[in-house]
Amino acid sequence: MEIGLGNYLSVAAIIFTLGIFGIFLNKKNVIIILMSIELMLLAVNINLVAFSAFLGDLVGQVFALFVLTVAAAEAAVGLAILVVYFRNRGDIDVENINLMKG
Amino acid sequence: MDVASGSASGDLAASLTLAYPEMLMAIGAMALLMLGVFRGNSSTRLVAWGSVAILLMAAILVLAQPNGRFVGFGDGFVVDPFAKFGKVLVYLGSAVAVIMSLGFLRSQKIERFEFPLLILFATLGMSMMVSANDLIFLYMGIELQSLALYVLAAFNRNSLRSTEAGLKYFVLGALSSGLLLYGCSLIYGFTGTTNFDVLRHVIVPGEMGLGVIFGLVFLCAGLAFKVSAVPFHMWTPDVYEGSPTPVTALFSGAPKIAAMLLFVRVLMGPFLGQDGTVVPEWQQIIIVISILSMTVGAFAAIGQTNIKRLMAYSSIGHMGYILVGVAAGTVGGVASVLIYLMIYLAMTLGVFACILSMRRKEGMVEHIEELAGLSRNQPLMAMALLVLLFSLAGMPPLAGFAAKFFVFRAAIQAELYGLAIIGLLASVVGAYYYVRIVKIMYFDEPAEPFEQPMSKSMRMVLVTSTLFILFYLVFANPLLRMTEYVAKSLFL
Repeated sequence: MEIGLGNYLSVAAIIFTLGIFGIFLNKKNVIIILMSIELMLLAVNINLVAFSAFLGDLVGQVFALFVLTVAAAEAAVGLAILVVYFRNRGDIDVENINLMKG
Repeated sequence: MDVASGSASGDLAASLTLAYPEMLMAIGAMALLMLGVFRGNSSTRLVAWGSVAILLMAAILVLAQPNGRFVGFGDGFVVDPFAKFGKVLVYLGSAVAVIMSLGFLRSQKIERFEFPLLILFATLGMSMMVSANDLIFLYMGIELQSLALYVLAAFNRNSLRSTEAGLKYFVLGALSSGLLLYGCSLIYGFTGTTNFDVLRHVIVPGEMGLGVIFGLVFLCAGLAFKVSAVPFHMWTPDVYEGSPTPVTALFSGAPKIAAMLLFVRVLMGPFLGQDGTVVPEWQQIIIVISILSMTVGAFAAIGQTNIKRLMAYSSIGHMGYILVGVAAGTVGGVASVLIYLMIYLAMTLGVFACILSMRRKEGMVEHIEELAGLSRNQPLMAMALLVLLFSLAGMPPLAGFAAKFFVFRAAIQAELYGLAIIGLLASVVGAYYYVRIVKIMYFDEPAEPFEQPMSKSMRMVLVTSTLFILFYLVFANPLLRMTEYVAKSLFL
């Protein structure tokens, strides 16, 4: 079977959806949310690289490199905030992040 | 009017001249960072006033740039009157937020030199957002702004509320960035370019492919998150309530302006018809989120007891009114958006100067009932707050009325009668909760007075914004002409 653009896009769409569901359906742990965010960004990268290869255009790969860099910075900031939160709260259960109703 | 334009894409030196304000901010922020690292937290005030000076100098540099439309850095960075207007507003909003934070940081014992620097870096990101002419620049600007703002929300790291606000803001902000990015990737894939100018020629309105429409929807969802429009507003009340109050003052001003201007640039740039007609694909989306924002902003604010939470719903509502002007999609609509943003910035900064002055011996208070008897204890502050609240509610002849008037006029001229009527009804409901605060200030049993006097900087901010709101009609005409000129520059 020939693997075409559609296959890559489907994989990316599935991973992206998994990421979104991971954020909303998860009741346990904030770390899983961080992993889900990472999944979403990586799905976008698959999209960008696949498009770039099939269009014969380099911009998509440059974009993917930027996304990788920002994703690393985002994970660092997210973990740092998580650590200060843990120091105050003592746990990181998603269900307990409810001091302010919303 | 003959407008100069130019592209400096091949020429790095010419590109760099376009980015002087941004370079000043980046280099200045790093220099101040070194100062802070070597001198420690005792240098906080110095770093803060240095940041304010850099922001004001950057604003002057922006104003000194020539009129006309110039693009540089591979056509990804644009300097036009629209960007210049937005940058000046954003720099002012951030500078005022830094000035207002000083007393608060000291009283909360979180006086650390990183605070003004994070605001400076966030402002750099906003500046890039306003000038973005490419999906990559758009994303990098948004992320630079957001990463600094996540940290600012959690800045009071010994407070559970502040860290919880930071965590919530981070998770939902990252989610929105993901959505936005997925939209960008689809738009890139189905058009073959990330540049706004090229996209404008590639995309044929009315017959966009399914892929581009999906991309547009994801992009709109991501940007709606950043301007906190319903149904993507869930983070706003919690983050506003939990963050340190000067950070809330920043959040409700500069980032909203930058995100809204970026929203306008994306919709009126690549996604506008060749002959300047509105594109039904995005107009429907904007109308729906505008109506939802106005109604949720009006009704959900009624039951609030915390004034920061109330201001969150108020800002959601105001974003709804601004989106009415965006939905019109005309020069008049964009001009009304610019006027509204300018007036909105003045109103919120004034109100937050009051909120930051609500302190007693035991610390800051945030409940609306604490304002009771303000008219007797501090009649001038009560009077200023009264003017600001009436303006937020949209009473003539204050500035808030003019802002709403232009937005609804643009909607009616674009034949969006239903939207204008719903907006008017929502603003009637919204007036209730603003007037309720006035009633508490003037007619309720007095509570214990606040510590006096207000700090000098707060007084300055409050007086300036109140005078602007009161006497807006005096200089309404030149401002109107200026915003129309700025709005036209976007449609060239």
